[in-house]
Amino acid sequence: MMTTTKTIAEKAVSKPSRRDALKTLALGGAAAASMPLWARYAGAQTSEPIKVGFQVHRTGIGAAYGRWYDRTTSAAAALINEQGGINGRPLEIIAEDDGTDPKRGAEMVEKFAAKHNCDIGFGTLFSHVVIGSAPRAGELKLPYFVVSEGHHVASGMLNRYTLQPGITDVKSQVQAMAPFVADNLGKKVTMVFPDFAFGHDHRDYFTAAIEAQGGEVLEHIAIPPTETSFTKYFPKIPRETEVIYHVMVGPAVLTFVKELGEFFGPQRPEMFGFIDSLEAVDIGSPGLEFLEGTYFWEGNPRYAQENQSEYDAFFRERVGVDANGASVSDPRDVSTYAHMFGCWETLHVVKAGMEASGYRGTQDRAALIEAVEAMTDMPHSIAHPQGAKVFNGKTHQVFGKQYISKVVDGKLLLVHTTSIEDTFYSDEVDYTTQSL
Amino acid sequence: MTTDLKKSVILHAGVVLALFVLQFVLPAYHHGNMARIMVLASYAIGYNLLFGYTGLLSLGHALFFAAGLYGAGLAMSQFGLSAGPALVVGVVAGVVIGAVVGGLALRTEGVAFMIVTLMFAQAGYLTILYFGAYTRGDEGFVIEQAERVLLGADLSDPLMRYFAAFSLFCAAIFTCFLAVKSRFGRVLVAIRENEERASMLGYDVAKYKLGAVVLSAGLSALAGAGYALLFGYVGASFASVQYSIFPLLWVLLGGAGTVLGPLVGTVFMFYLIDLSSGLTTAYMLIAGVALVVLTVFAPHGVMGEVRRRMWRWLP
Amino acid sequence: MDFGPYLMLAIMEGALTAAVLALTASGLALVFGVMRVVNVAHGEFFMLGAVLAWWVSQLAGGSPVWGFLLALCVVPLLVGLLAAFVDMTILKRINYDPERTIVATIGILYILQQVTLMTYGPEARPVAPPFNARIALPWFEMSDGALQVYWPWGLSTTSYKLCVIGAACVVLLGLWALMTKTKLGLLMRATEQDREMALAFGIPVQRVYAIAFGLGAGLAALAAVLIVPIQQAHYLMGGDPLLLSFIVVIIGGLGSLPGAILAALLIGLSDGIISVFFSPTLAKIFATLLVAFVLVFRPNGLWGANNS
Repeated sequence: MMTTTKTIAEKAVSKPSRRDALKTLALGGAAAASMPLWARYAGAQTSEPIKVGFQVHRTGIGAAYGRWYDRTTSAAAALINEQGGINGRPLEIIAEDDGTDPKRGAEMVEKFAAKHNCDIGFGTLFSHVVIGSAPRAGELKLPYFVVSEGHHVASGMLNRYTLQPGITDVKSQVQAMAPFVADNLGKKVTMVFPDFAFGHDHRDYFTAAIEAQGGEVLEHIAIPPTETSFTKYFPKIPRETEVIYHVMVGPAVLTFVKELGEFFGPQRPEMFGFIDSLEAVDIGSPGLEFLEGTYFWEGNPRYAQENQSEYDAFFRERVGVDANGASVSDPRDVSTYAHMFGCWETLHVVKAGMEASGYRGTQDRAALIEAVEAMTDMPHSIAHPQGAKVFNGKTHQVFGKQYISKVVDGKLLLVHTTSIEDTFYSDEVDYTTQSL
Repeated sequence: MTTDLKKSVILHAGVVLALFVLQFVLPAYHHGNMARIMVLASYAIGYNLLFGYTGLLSLGHALFFAAGLYGAGLAMSQFGLSAGPALVVGVVAGVVIGAVVGGLALRTEGVAFMIVTLMFAQAGYLTILYFGAYTRGDEGFVIEQAERVLLGADLSDPLMRYFAAFSLFCAAIFTCFLAVKSRFGRVLVAIRENEERASMLGYDVAKYKLGAVVLSAGLSALAGAGYALLFGYVGASFASVQYSIFPLLWVLLGGAGTVLGPLVGTVFMFYLIDLSSGLTTAYMLIAGVALVVLTVFAPHGVMGEVRRRMWRWLP
Repeated sequence: MDFGPYLMLAIMEGALTAAVLALTASGLALVFGVMRVVNVAHGEFFMLGAVLAWWVSQLAGGSPVWGFLLALCVVPLLVGLLAAFVDMTILKRINYDPERTIVATIGILYILQQVTLMTYGPEARPVAPPFNARIALPWFEMSDGALQVYWPWGLSTTSYKLCVIGAACVVLLGLWALMTKTKLGLLMRATEQDREMALAFGIPVQRVYAIAFGLGAGLAALAAVLIVPIQQAHYLMGGDPLLLSFIVVIIGGLGSLPGAILAALLIGLSDGIISVFFSPTLAKIFATLLVAFVLVFRPNGLWGANNS
């Protein structure tokens, strides 16, 4: 857990009245602007850190993810600081728990901007918290870099200050799965999903995508969010089903898989799921034997594959994850490998954006946004260990490769990698037309 | 005016004045917090009318808060109304739902009343999820900054927001003060103390209780609509059982059956959680301990104890 | 699946839900009846039962059978003792005042939840069942004018689920025997009927309360130990059982143990059966409103005697 420790001097500095702070910034800015370029940069170089307000789900339903987001963020910040920081300034992560609650999330944004004087907000995962917090970030003109996987950023619902440059969104993920499913598993699909926004997104996007491949969804089975027993829903699965598409999330997922196995017995259709169901859960857990031979979307392959890149190996080493995707200090502590890379990549994007815009302080937030919007290709590198990416500055959403794995001998074996183009969809918004 | 009444008026006017002055004095972070606290305290005031003064413990008030929140939010996002009319729609939604639910729930009492209100709130929450096509379910939706303009004031501007929250709070506290000091309020207290006796004295107890529910629902909905307009986010989490427990907590901590109690309780809990979340991730643990300690050692809440020990004239 | 087998499956699943719910709710009904207080932390004792069962099964090492048996014996006892402790330290001090008890138990709810989060963590962890064989169930159809038996696709249950239903029945019978045939049961029923009289007769009411509270929590924990091999142990799992237990106890009629059990049966079965016909969320809305309306028109519950 990272908390901020401030010296007395820093505390005194960080609590001026609003008018004083504005005056200082204005004077400083004016002074800096009147100097020649080399002096300007040297003059603005202070040892004062760049503060990142990290909105982390330490408690509530997102807690399992929050732990790993925390570790990955710390590792990324440590690496960036080892390499000299951003514009010569160290990166400081100020982490606060939002309880996976939207009201609390908005309060955290407030805290980051007004109390801790952070340069940016960062790191939120759950969609409803993002949507609850983004309006406040927009009003406070705080650049808000989310690692959420939700389609809300690209849908135009949010504002120009919210960006998602480090992780792909569910629409592009789901869409990219349809060709593989239709070609390899079957064209008659039954979908099982939770009856709330996340599940509805899967329902809508996949149905459209599979129909475009000449397939059809025979049945949509929506399960209430807090359901703990699932057997009574399975009779709705039509007998002609070739593929079962499942994205159950939450603590009851293990029950879901177990009961699915008990329902089908020895003969089952093909199954395609999203690893969201089993993030932080060991595939070898008792009751999951039924998953053998089934397929999963993986945001980032949990098990180190034969063709593992040096960047993935480096990433694992720095974050403290072994070749099975579990913590090096506790093999039973399985990571949320398909999502947490988003924190690492986003922080590197922030660094690139701040360096490109010559970021000096909170007065340059608009310039930071514009610099990130100008980014396009992000090659596979230490900064982007999950794979190459393409950023869409208009929709504020990044696009990348998607991975499909098969469960073989209790481990996940990569069987297919999509191209980035497979994941594109047409723009739904142009944030660059909005004022900053 | 009697001296007691004079003292009450001076105290409450003083609190209101202090809140007004605070907006010029508070640093940015607490400024934003206070705006939020005042809206939530208005919700607590609405709850207090039913719980503290009438003695009816509802576990479903999130339904009324959400009625205001979604009433205003949907009015703006689906029907394109502007902020002012949307606020009215929110309050009306709360009043109507309050009347319906109250009419049904008041046929029960005690623990059954608790469960019935809880059930209606749960049904409301599930209905919001069911109509996800319009409400976006648990994810919720955003009300654009550009639309949140009331009477020419941009509600996302800090000063304007504070002032709007302050006005809302004044409306709530004024309503509560009036209600409590009036005959209506005194009958409610009589019902709380001994319902049979009140009935035997000739009061139409059912009518008064329904009136209390409707007024309470209306205030809660006003707070909900205000929250939507001031903070721009409408989501199903506000209709969940947690948001029915919060006002109970705030009121009990601050002092049930006192006008200022809800404000004190809301401020206290907000900062208790805020400060302890800076120390440990288990801040709800501290909240739990605080609840137990308070109810064992100070069951009347802060203002309740003040009333018992010092200012017996406190309304 | 055809309608007949589907209904059969729904009934079997409903029976399982009803069994566990009956156990949990009987704990709450006991506390309600004897002590006249609302224990909002009841769901957390259920959760503790599941979490401790996981912990005990870890201690027992490899064998799921011994781990489970150990958990079955030890965990309800541990949770019951904890509850009795809570009663003697906190609830007694506030003199069982209804409102203050609600607040205090809400506080205890948060405390238990957060401590579990801090120690056990936010994940859901499974507990291996002692045995779990899939049992395909037969169904009938008319063919060639005679009743034929066949095995419909998907119609099955597991040996463990059947065992849970059986175990719940045994425990409830044991509870009935305790309440009607033993001295302790007599003391509890006496206290329930008339507390003042019981005091006058020299019954140690405080101790009876502690035992009742402990027993109530222990029953919830037992239900959790039984269900945890089917579900998982998770720190937020207490919410639903709390809600459902409340509903069951109120519908069954305050203080009526047989009423609570019958209500659990009704609610458990209907939950399974309604989902056959309606979309799940809509079904839940109906079920919730149904509960509300039952209470509105029958405030004493379906079987409740006239009591406060």
